[in-house]
Amino acid sequence: MRRMMKSSPDTVDTGRRSFLKLSTGTAAGLVLGVQLGGSASVARAQQGGTEDLLAFNAFVSISPDDRVRVLIKHLEMGQGVYTGLATCVAEELDAAWDQVVCEHAPVDTAKYANLLMGQQATGGSTAMANSYRQMREAGAAARAMLVAAAAERWRVPADEILVQEGRVSHDNRSATFGELASAAGQLSAPDSDSLTLKSPDDFRLIGRESLPRKDVGKQDGTAIYTQDVKLPGMLTAVVAHPPRFGGRVASFDDTAARQRQGVIDVFEIDSGVAVVAGDYWTALKAREELEIEWDDSHAEMRGSRQILDEYHQLVETRGAVAESEGDTEQALQRAGNVTELTFEFPYLAHAQMEPMNCVARIDGNRAELWYGCQSATRDQQVVAQMIDGNPGDVAIHTVFAGGCFGRRANPHSDYVVEAVNIARRLQGRPVKLVWSREDDMRGGYYRPAYVHRLSAAVGPNGMPEAFRARIAGQSIMAGTSMAAGMITDGIDHSSVEGLAGLPYAVPKRQVELHSPEIGVPVQWWRSVGNTHTAFSKEVFIDALARRANADPVSYRLALLRDNPRETAVLQLAAEKAGWGSRELPEGWTRGVAVHTSFGSSVAEIADVSIDGDQFRVERVVAAIDCGTAINPDVIRAQVEGAIAYGLSAVLGDELTLTDGVVDQENFDDYRVLRMPDMPVVETHIVPSTNAPTGVGEPGTPPIAPAVANALAAATGRTFTRLPLRLG
Amino acid sequence: MSYSFTINGQARELDVDGDMPLLWAVRDHLELTGTKFGCGIAQCGACTVMVDGQAQRSCVLTVEAAAGSEITTIEGLQSREGQAVQKAWQQVQVAQCGYCQSGQVMSATALLARNPAPDDETIGNAMSGNLCRCGTYGRIREGIHMAAAEIQQTEGDA
Repeated sequence: MRRMMKSSPDTVDTGRRSFLKLSTGTAAGLVLGVQLGGSASVARAQQGGTEDLLAFNAFVSISPDDRVRVLIKHLEMGQGVYTGLATCVAEELDAAWDQVVCEHAPVDTAKYANLLMGQQATGGSTAMANSYRQMREAGAAARAMLVAAAAERWRVPADEILVQEGRVSHDNRSATFGELASAAGQLSAPDSDSLTLKSPDDFRLIGRESLPRKDVGKQDGTAIYTQDVKLPGMLTAVVAHPPRFGGRVASFDDTAARQRQGVIDVFEIDSGVAVVAGDYWTALKAREELEIEWDDSHAEMRGSRQILDEYHQLVETRGAVAESEGDTEQALQRAGNVTELTFEFPYLAHAQMEPMNCVARIDGNRAELWYGCQSATRDQQVVAQMIDGNPGDVAIHTVFAGGCFGRRANPHSDYVVEAVNIARRLQGRPVKLVWSREDDMRGGYYRPAYVHRLSAAVGPNGMPEAFRARIAGQSIMAGTSMAAGMITDGIDHSSVEGLAGLPYAVPKRQVELHSPEIGVPVQWWRSVGNTHTAFSKEVFIDALARRANADPVSYRLALLRDNPRETAVLQLAAEKAGWGSRELPEGWTRGVAVHTSFGSSVAEIADVSIDGDQFRVERVVAAIDCGTAINPDVIRAQVEGAIAYGLSAVLGDELTLTDGVVDQENFDDYRVLRMPDMPVVETHIVPSTNAPTGVGEPGTPPIAPAVANALAAATGRTFTRLPLRLG
Repeated sequence: MSYSFTINGQARELDVDGDMPLLWAVRDHLELTGTKFGCGIAQCGACTVMVDGQAQRSCVLTVEAAAGSEITTIEGLQSREGQAVQKAWQQVQVAQCGYCQSGQVMSATALLARNPAPDDETIGNAMSGNLCRCGTYGRIREGIHMAAAEIQQTEGDA
């Protein structure tokens, strides 16, 4: 009998073209719960009895009791990736949906790489896009093995065998997957070239409404997050971080902290002073008793106002050219009619509900970690270096993440490094690093602040003839392992995406970039560069439309003549919202924006009520083209969530610094969206059989400009700063 | 010092500092991890539990203040309203990351216990202390309406 095991595969093909078998062996070490050795809390995440599973390939295992387990190579952080990937497997396997369970895959870059990134990682709204075919092939390969086993058992031709809803049948004989699993598991896996995938007309799970989600246990408290991981003998650590980025510990006195009952140890690490105790509260109280002198000689001392003022200076000057078509400069100088707007964007914290945390145990040069791991390959490499080991010496058990929005895919593995720095002092004892909300808010890695200056030369017909965008703000990719791929000729593509590659037909275009080095750590935040470029692009185009006395939708459609995908979503949203046909209630106004990111186009129309200097977004109609809609309800949920996340930055999110110290600490002063401000969201999905594209992020960029444009329509003013203020 | 509670119907004793928030007593000492830590200052609602039938933020309620009370966490939610809310949550597929949902379920349950048919505005106000960064607010609203309808239905049947 062939069983799946965690290590020593005899033949592993890394490509998606074949599904070779894993070696014979025992199941020891396969399952998260088994490795944890009897921890009740994590055992719940195991979803039961996986030790009997028979591996058909790296993704699909089937147990004699008829359970199909799908290993999920991406982090489930609320985006529905368990459900999405399992749908693709179950579709081609012809499994019954309720027999499918999901678990996070271990770290194994050879098997579980994101095929668009070449490393095991979750991000860039690529989960479905990179694995749509791979997961279907995994299901189809397992199905072919079940069929072959049945053909052999019943001595009938394989092509006469039917598979439906988890049953294999021929005439009046039938068997469950579980009954065939043992025999099928001993057959060689088919080469994927021999597999025939279903035609979309034959899909019964892909595209189906109301499939129950596979990331279960989230309404009854049984779902396990990093914060919930319990290991025998586990300690809890908190860290006192320097108040300014780049600050260091000069000296500290831990006399009082060490006297507190339950404190195990206090020591300095690279990122501050760690306090280790038996529980969080004890560690936190002891941290308050530390007396630390900080060395700010290398710290960033500027405030955010000063930083933004410097950016305003920068956009007065020419930047590095990211994209150029025609002589934009000359056209702007010669034009009689130039429209110019300057935009300003603050730093933003991710503020995911689960503050950063990570559980680690270091034993010599072996490491074991438990957390919501978003960048498995990178984290594994970073930790391997820290412990003088190899990547294979670092085991990572991935659990659900309580929100991410980019944060857990830290380019420097910041919170993982911190946990390992603490754990290696405690050799052999597992420790959970826990950040308080204040630590999280002040811990850096924000969406960078930006200033944009957009200029257009407008022709006699009111249409732009030349367009220039100047962007000033920190590079996210600089100094990271992604720099080589993302930065060309000094241009960080993620700083200009969305303005570069303008969808509107403007004959002359130039995008310029200033990437100043600032000591505030920055990172991708749901939809990355599009968080700011979509805003300036769509507010600017709306301003041009108003100056031309044109309808904002018609004006865009005229300029989108070469872009059928944006045209289609814009027309669909306009139709569903009743743009130009449905009257708004008294005191309401309406705005539109359209943007393409992560391969998907989204148009949003926001209905906004205004009362004095207050406004409320009442309703949003969204249309998305994300290729094949694998799970329409997950797509709608992601668009709803993406709008809420973007709307938060419209209404309140703003992170500021004074003399290098972050001003906000918690949800009382960092104002995120609450329920009374949530609009009704109506999402329409463009029917498509194209390959799936991004879903998690593309709904975020259009909401802020749609709201700003609604306010502009009502007031005649142009809103160029986020968060938006009417008064 | 030792403190006594009834938690999810069971008598429990805890020997911890009296100023420890109930949240950390429940999570770190009773190993009931369904109640979540989000902010520590009663601003996000992830830690909501029932104390003598009232929804409370366990991150700012000390063990000393909670001693002697009957406490219900998400793990012990058995009330008619609680069951209806959890069922509706699954039907509407409310959760995304799910981290805030224990608290959302507790607050929604408390709302329905005092108001069996809340309108949107009442729901918005009652739930405004529970943050969800995934933005599931629309589905939470829908789930509460569904649970309310279910409770009324079963009452009508009875």
